[in-house]
Parts: sequence; C-alpha cells; structure tokens
Amino acid sequence: MKHELITDAVLVSNYIKGDESALSELITKHKQKIYSFIYSKVYDRDITEDIFQDTFIKVIRTLRLGKYNEEGKFLPWVMRIAHNLVIDHFRKNNRMPKFSNTGEFSIFSVLSDSSLDAEKGMIKEQIESDLRRLIEELPEEQKAVLVMRMYNDMSFKEISEKTGVSINTALGRMRYALINLRKVIEEKNIILTN
Amino acid sequence: MAKLYSECPQKNDNLNPKEETVNFLLNYSKALSVIQCNKWKFEALLN
Repeated sequence: MKHELITDAVLVSNYIKGDESALSELITKHKQKIYSFIYSKVYDRDITEDIFQDTFIKVIRTLRLGKYNEEGKFLPWVMRIAHNLVIDHFRKNNRMPKFSNTGEFSIFSVLSDSSLDAEKGMIKEQIESDLRRLIEELPEEQKAVLVMRMYNDMSFKEISEKTGVSINTALGRMRYALINLRKVIEEKNIILTN
Repeated sequence: MAKLYSECPQKNDNLNPKEETVNFLLNYSKALSVIQCNKWKFEALLN
C-alpha cells in the first residue's frame, strides 16, 4: 500500500515536471477503478466514458497549473473529482436512479418522467383554479396585495409604492388575506393539496 | 418455459474506458500548454 502511494506521488511529480509517460502510467493504473466507480453510479457506458474523460481533463489541468496539493492521495482525489462530476451529471439531468430492493430489475426504477402525468396535471389545474376563485372572494385591498406578492412576485416595498400605503400596511393586508383564505378553506372543507 | 428477462444483468468485469478516450486524454495533455506571465497562468491548447 505504501509502495503504491509513493509510486503515485512520484508519477504525479514526474508528470508535473513534464514526463508525459507518467500520465499514461497513472491512467493505466487507475482507469479500471475510476471507470467502474463511475459506471456503478450512472449505468451507462457512454455517460461513463464522458465523465471519465472530464475527470481526467480536470486532473490534467489541475496538475499542469500547479494547483495539486494532495500528494500521496492521488486516487482518492481523482475519485472525488469523478464523484462530483457524477453529481453534476444527475443535477443537470434532474434525476437520480432509484432502485427498489426487491431483487427484480424494473425499467421504471431507472426511467422517470419529471413532468406531471395527466392525472396530477388535472389535479394541479383544479387546485389552482379553486385557489383563484377563493382569492376573488377576498376584500379588494387584500386581494390586490396578495396577487402582487404571489403572482407578480413583487416585493412589499414595490407593493407599498404602487398602492400608496406603507410597507407595514401592505404586510398587514397580506397577513389578513392569508388568514381569510385559511378561514374559508377550513370552513368549506376545501382540500388544496396534491 | 418462457425466458425471464427481468433477472439482473450479469456483472460485466470488463469495465475499462475505450482506447480512444485514453488516447484523447494523452493527446490533450500533450497539447495543453501553460504559459506563465508574472503572477498569471494561462492555458493554451496547441494542436
């Protein structure tokens, strides 16, 4: 183990000094571990290939720019870079593979549709239209503040300037608008959750 | 009996990057040049 660590450190140092074959040795030595690690997360050969390439591009740039300072911990450092790139990949795609523990492989555990399905879409529309009707019932002043805040995304400062009242009054109207909405929702037993 | 396709896929031990990928990295490294100017370091890809 110690021998391996020293060798990596020497190879890194040789590479920084300009020995290109040291990089080749480092890649050959660790490629399987790094590639398998990435593949175990993304389960896709092409994506694994891309992430593996990006990982080493980052490694090469860091080493060449002299920013590497973890001598003796080359592999964990590369693994960390690969891990971060895997996370970036999932963030970009906005999905994480989920595996149920039943032992059976289900394609739906890997494939997911982030958009709402027809039923959920209808429920969402229904909720939004119910809410709009409830807002219509509010006193004019409260309704104006709530619409400006929630639908137009205005700050209370902007609302107070537009309506010509103080910020505190605008805040108060918002508070009463929410209290009144809750009251109506509770009284009429309206369910506004998906 | 019908063939079951729902079983776990066999473990693939041959998990290595493609040769082109490794070659690309080695060529990228050779082409990458770091130019130092006072305190600044610039990267340049010289193919």
